[in-house]
Amino acid sequence: MSTDYVLETRNLVKGFKGFIAVDDVNLSIQRGHIHALIGPNGAGKTTVFNLLTKFLTPTSGQILFNGTDITSMKAAAIARKGIVRSFQISAVFPHMTAIENVRVALQRFEGHSFHFWKSQKVLNSLNERAYELLKSVGLEEYANTQTVELSYGRKRALELATTLAMEPELMLLDEPTQGMGHEDVDRVVELIRQAAVGRTVLMVEHNLGVVSKLCDRITVLSRGAVLTEGDYKTVSANPQVREAYMGSEEAEVEGAH
Amino acid sequence: MSQSLSSVAVHNVGLEQQRRSDRRRLIFQLVLLALALAAPFVIYPVFLMKVLCFALFAVAFNLLLGYVGLLSFGHAAFLSTGGYTTGYLLTTYSGLTPELGILAGTATATMLGLVFGLIAIRRQGIYFAMITLALAQLVFFFYVQSDFTRGEDGLHGIPRGNLFGVISLQDNLSMYYFVLAIFVLGFALVQRTINSPFGYVLKAIKENEARTTSLGYNTDHYKLVAFVISAALAGLAGSVKTIVFQLASLTDAHWHMSGEVVLMTLLGGVGTLLGPVIGAAFVVSLEHQLAQGPLGDWVNVILGGIFVICVLAFRAGIVGEVQKFMKKNFN
Repeated sequence: MSTDYVLETRNLVKGFKGFIAVDDVNLSIQRGHIHALIGPNGAGKTTVFNLLTKFLTPTSGQILFNGTDITSMKAAAIARKGIVRSFQISAVFPHMTAIENVRVALQRFEGHSFHFWKSQKVLNSLNERAYELLKSVGLEEYANTQTVELSYGRKRALELATTLAMEPELMLLDEPTQGMGHEDVDRVVELIRQAAVGRTVLMVEHNLGVVSKLCDRITVLSRGAVLTEGDYKTVSANPQVREAYMGSEEAEVEGAH
Repeated sequence: MSQSLSSVAVHNVGLEQQRRSDRRRLIFQLVLLALALAAPFVIYPVFLMKVLCFALFAVAFNLLLGYVGLLSFGHAAFLSTGGYTTGYLLTTYSGLTPELGILAGTATATMLGLVFGLIAIRRQGIYFAMITLALAQLVFFFYVQSDFTRGEDGLHGIPRGNLFGVISLQDNLSMYYFVLAIFVLGFALVQRTINSPFGYVLKAIKENEARTTSLGYNTDHYKLVAFVISAALAGLAGSVKTIVFQLASLTDAHWHMSGEVVLMTLLGGVGTLLGPVIGAAFVVSLEHQLAQGPLGDWVNVILGGIFVICVLAFRAGIVGEVQKFMKKNFN
């Protein structure tokens, strides 16, 4: 029986001037899963993300999305296919209101994004949908607030609403809880859980508490290569993982998260 | 039910704010237009036309710098291409009406803008500026060498002709109102562009280009369209200026001109609609005043000094600082 994979990489390699950041990585992301990519700093997690979304071009190897080869596609085209990413630093448009942020994602589907002769009033028809999306992440009160004035946690929630506006088939989240307090972490975990219904999520995450609560499958990267893969129990029991990664994080696992 | 009501309420707040600021802007602009209509009875019309031509040039430039975040250092190429094309056609074909000459000049500048854009748009920051500068220098030397521009001498005595074959532009007053009409159209086009669905994408690109890409926008295409619009309007400014002064010369193609438009835009206030207009008026007036007095040779030094002060102390430019002040005290 073959499993249904949304995304696969085959022997993915990325080298920067004599240094191999990603070394022969084979990933298989099962449809409907929340899949985590973990590993110590410098393991190549973000580089893998950049390769998958074509912000970087792989040195060699293949990327398959729903079985078709997307290795040579451009970043914007990949996004249009349904692979939408977030960034390590919250990716919002600071000098737009929250609702305008979401509208930027929605307006592309309207097909008038090159129409420089039309009034912006045509965008008002998207307000209803944008507002619904803001509500789904609990930001409805802040619809007309300038994004730059939102707290960090709310910016991340807004980013998620904008990502959801794209109706992505596969969401790539780069450290969604990085730099957050406990309350925000719990909220974001809940948001991701909701957003993941009917979708596939691949996330880079440092917070193992979050990973253990949220993720169906975990891939551990170390020095650019896959160390091991499995569910949280299997992975956390692996002695190599404990040595390479968890050893230093043990206290954190048992700690407050 | 109550939830959908609150959703409507939130939209209404946003829409009402939008409507109110739209109305305020419209009234303000109508006042300015009335002033512009009356101005030639008080101020020498040729001077006013010079201001309007440079203002249109700066407005075009500001569309890129202020609203996309692209610093072009080659906009002199579009200004001069518009000017030379119009000048050459009107001197060579005596039956040609000025509006057709202007259309041809604008079209040529637009094509050149497309070529520049296709080459430069993938580059970021200083590389983009350097490539546009290099291309503009290429154009400059082409005009130095070409016969049709008459090199260092330039084109003189270009006929103003009759607008639509009917209205004589020989009279400075009718010429002024024609230039004002073109300026208003150009300004309105830029205002509409930045307030259009397209303008929203430009704003998104300026704020966070990587995120805009990840939302599925091919940002290079949007930047290219903006660049071509900017080049077209710069060409339009050049064409009109050539008819006003009946002159097309290398001054407009020189990199000094590309630098001057940066100065005008920054002085007036980058990223504000009116900033480049005020900046252009300021610089042109200053040059005009100084040229008559004993400080004539010091124009560039004085402008340079003002530029330094502006960058150090008033980074938002004249209009930008006024807006900041208004926001702080009247909101």
